[in-house]
Amino acid sequence: MSTSSKSLLVQGYEVVIGFETHAQLSTASKIFSRASTAFGAEPNTQACAVDLALPGTLPVMNKGAVERAIQFGLAVGSHVAEHSVFARKNYFYPDLPKGYQISQFEIPVVQGGRVEFFLGDEKKSVRLVRAHLEEDAGKSLHEDFIGQSGIDLNRAGTPLLEIVTEPDMRSSAEAVAYAKELHKIVTWIGICDGNMQEGSFRCDANVSVRKPGAPLGTRREIKNLNSFKFMQQAIDFEIRWQIEQIEDGFEIQQATVLFDPDTGETRAMRTKEDAADYRYFPDPDLPPLVIGRDWVERVRSEMAELPRVMAARFMADYGLPEYDATTLTQSQAMAAYFEAAAQACGQPKLASNWVMGEISKWLNAVEDCSFNEFAQIVPAANLAALITRISDQTISNSAAKTVFVELTHAPGTRFDSAFDYVDSIIEARGLKQMSDSGAMEALIAEVLAANEKNVAEYRAGKDKAFNALVGQVMKASKGKANPAQVNELLKKALG
Amino acid sequence: MALNAQDIARIAKLARLELDAAHSDRMLHQLNGFFDIVEQMNAVDTAGVEPLAHPTAVMEQVALRLRDDAVSEPNQREANQRSAPAVERGLFLVPKVIE
Amino acid sequence: MSQSMSNELHQLGVAELAAKLAAREVSSTEVTRHLLARAKAHPGLGAYLALNEEAALAQAQAADARLAAGERTPLLGVPLAHKDIFVTRDLPTTAGSKMLNGYFSPFDATVVTKLADAGMVNLGKLNCDEFAMGSGNDNSAYGPARNPWDAERIPGGSSGGSAAAVAARLVPAATGTDTGGSIRQPASLTGITGIKPTYGRCSRYGMVAFASSLDQAGPMARSALDCALLLSAMAGPDLDRDSTSLDHPAENFASNLMANNARQSFDKGQKSLNGLRIGLPKEFFGDGCAPGVQAAVRAALAEFEKLGATLVDISLPRTELSIPVYYIIAPAEASSNLSRFDGVKFGHRAAQYADLADMYQKSRTEGFGPEVQKRIMIGTYVLSHGYYDAYYLQAQKIRRLIAQDFQQAFTQCDVIAGPVSPTVAWKIGEKSDDPVANYLADIYTLSTSLAGLPGMSIPAGFGEHGMPVGLQLIGNYFKEAQLLGVAHQFQLATDWHTRAPQEFRT
Repeated sequence: MSTSSKSLLVQGYEVVIGFETHAQLSTASKIFSRASTAFGAEPNTQACAVDLALPGTLPVMNKGAVERAIQFGLAVGSHVAEHSVFARKNYFYPDLPKGYQISQFEIPVVQGGRVEFFLGDEKKSVRLVRAHLEEDAGKSLHEDFIGQSGIDLNRAGTPLLEIVTEPDMRSSAEAVAYAKELHKIVTWIGICDGNMQEGSFRCDANVSVRKPGAPLGTRREIKNLNSFKFMQQAIDFEIRWQIEQIEDGFEIQQATVLFDPDTGETRAMRTKEDAADYRYFPDPDLPPLVIGRDWVERVRSEMAELPRVMAARFMADYGLPEYDATTLTQSQAMAAYFEAAAQACGQPKLASNWVMGEISKWLNAVEDCSFNEFAQIVPAANLAALITRISDQTISNSAAKTVFVELTHAPGTRFDSAFDYVDSIIEARGLKQMSDSGAMEALIAEVLAANEKNVAEYRAGKDKAFNALVGQVMKASKGKANPAQVNELLKKALG
Repeated sequence: MALNAQDIARIAKLARLELDAAHSDRMLHQLNGFFDIVEQMNAVDTAGVEPLAHPTAVMEQVALRLRDDAVSEPNQREANQRSAPAVERGLFLVPKVIE
Repeated sequence: MSQSMSNELHQLGVAELAAKLAAREVSSTEVTRHLLARAKAHPGLGAYLALNEEAALAQAQAADARLAAGERTPLLGVPLAHKDIFVTRDLPTTAGSKMLNGYFSPFDATVVTKLADAGMVNLGKLNCDEFAMGSGNDNSAYGPARNPWDAERIPGGSSGGSAAAVAARLVPAATGTDTGGSIRQPASLTGITGIKPTYGRCSRYGMVAFASSLDQAGPMARSALDCALLLSAMAGPDLDRDSTSLDHPAENFASNLMANNARQSFDKGQKSLNGLRIGLPKEFFGDGCAPGVQAAVRAALAEFEKLGATLVDISLPRTELSIPVYYIIAPAEASSNLSRFDGVKFGHRAAQYADLADMYQKSRTEGFGPEVQKRIMIGTYVLSHGYYDAYYLQAQKIRRLIAQDFQQAFTQCDVIAGPVSPTVAWKIGEKSDDPVANYLADIYTLSTSLAGLPGMSIPAGFGEHGMPVGLQLIGNYFKEAQLLGVAHQFQLATDWHTRAPQEFRT
């Protein structure tokens, strides 16, 4: 649990934040029906009889949803319950077809756990209370209808994992860092596609303030934060608003609030009378969920290394700085690619630079291309070969950028080896650095002879003249001279 | 446990039922009559007894069956919406939902 | 086909009809026509809510084709009708409620499909208490069903339409559902045979849900043998669609019975039930039962003794507690199951409303009848904050104790017997001012449902006002074959089950 440090106080108040995150699980079918969960279909074309709660329909549990819950539980070091129970949460809303949501109440599938991350230099650890399985509701559409709303139940029944933290966070920055780390975990282990615009990852922030040492203040819940940028804004506004209220002598009333990105403000939702009497009871249509220990162990054995662990390993084994290790482990695909390239060429820092640099730049420019798709185009072996040709001085760094662009056109599978492919490009574009020192010396001699004025200036003590000579040598070599070598030999020639 | 008129109003609201004064009164009377027979349950000592949610669980453990994650429901929107009160462009229409 | 045979057709039970169809003495089309006409000739019974003429005749013709091709399966070509709790694609499903007036389901209930696959012909949908809540079929939004033995009296409920149709010989068999006695009690009150199987035996997919942990589908017909034939087709795991359906292999419940039936000469002196211990719970034989009912039940038990059974005194000490326990659990589950009726996707929507909240309230208040509203109120209350532990949770705990009481009893006996209902059928409207009295009348059937055990009602004679009296038989889990066998032996030795009400013999 993070300690409250004076520097985090806002106008003398301590901020207390807890999160509830709803992650849509990446199953093909819904949690209790066999309709598709694919995003973007025409309204109600993916809402089958069970999803519509037609009379006589009953829920049947999706194994894939349970498997993903187990994966999450293991990833955060929690206890995966051997028996857990589905319960009905009863309330009326047009996007809730049955008039109740099937969720878990007293006995959730995942219990406890923690999420660790860095906030600046400081290591943080946020405790999880639980994570449970439940079904998503449909959507209400308000535009296009005057005085009415259109209900689309395609989303109804999509599996959700609701992840609940203890109120361990003490600043909006920490909260956002937590959310980003959680996002990374669920996408890394592949249980959620993390697409926040499509609503795959939605956060509710419970925010309260208190004077240090005082009991917990009344909290308000900011619902449906689905962008990290708005998350920070919303929480900051809410904190300031609550403090202002208290300073003005008003008590904070428990409420659910929405953030309006246009105004940058939070406002309370229309108050629901009978604040939440959900009348939870175990769903009689679903016997208890039993998860044997052997299932858990099988999932554990099949799980990929987690990002924090992998980052630590990259630092230890490859000597990478923390920044690189953290950046490279933003996705499994990127980390795997880096590692394959690094091992192939034996130059981990260079590999890291290329992945974080040119490759990331290329992906940003192209848009809509996943790292996995990129790896199909430029297999790690090709990058490794390119890096080798830099470090063995065959080509300069700038020439390598040109080669890289070529490499992004095709994987070059018709070549016997990555080296053959890379070398063929170097050859075809005439990018080979000059490395023959004899030839270089001859060239230098020519340049010196043609640039007597610069030589004189250099000998007179003007260092700039040296750079001018280097430039001339590079020009004369048509860019093929190895800059380091030029420097060395030119100094030698000048004496 | 005797109910009063406020209880009736609260429960009716939770259940989205509209009871006028006469109905409300009748409901109160009937419910209180009903809860008289329920009182005998309180006297029963159930310490250490697990609730029985699935009747046959008293014989053998009943565990939730899991199905494979596969899509097999085709688009049957028209048939599914055959008895819908109000539909436009595939959407169920309701009075405006205000948040 | 002769006129006399035509007149007799409706007197034939399922097994008899199947035999005649197999022998090509009569066609399914002829039987179907006959029964459709008969249904139309008795609208006052209030049994049918919808008749399936065109489709039924098409099904009958298809069955005839299969018969002509040589197919011989036990139910092929035999007509039946379905309680309007089972959803059907080609007929509306109302569940006896205004809420579902004109509702068309895009799918058939699993039980409906199974019986159709077995070659049965669906004549239509039968009246029932609204959402299966009631004991008299006087809670239907479409008018009461009437007892064929006395049109002023209830046929029982909630499967009142099914019982009336079978007793009046409008169909040889019908499906019913039983949550707290809704197959057994109407069977008892109308002098027919019905069985509620072990919870989880029949799929609940497509049954409009009342109380999920109690609802079960079952057959209603005029003999144990007929019920066995139907149950064999109805029962079986529905692993794909119903998570509470038990993965218990399908059984042919009729094979033993058929073997016995094949015995041409039945020796009345034969003690076919030698060794059978019949437990008589003292709580079922106390003061609460009408004298005429008691007498009929006692006489029936004497018959069992003649067949070699031994009567054993047992106790089910929490019998009386089953009333509050049931009337907490069932309404609680129902209140939640009925929340889907909100006027949004299907069902009744009010014609006038101010806004969304008003739409919900008006639609539900207009769509649900008073008994349903009452149970929703009870259910909502017992689940609400602060009351859950004292009511719902406590009831589920006592439920386990009740189930354990039965297990204890079954160490001393093989089947349990007693009355089904404390009285014979009462007059329509007689009890509606005293709904609690209605609940108390369920005392003999509720505990079986709470425990999830199989239970039957078989005709055992007549009581007050010349009205039928049923004998209840309760078995241990999955012992339907034993129950049906015991009932069958009784029906070989007696003829109560063959009696028909005067008006409906021809």
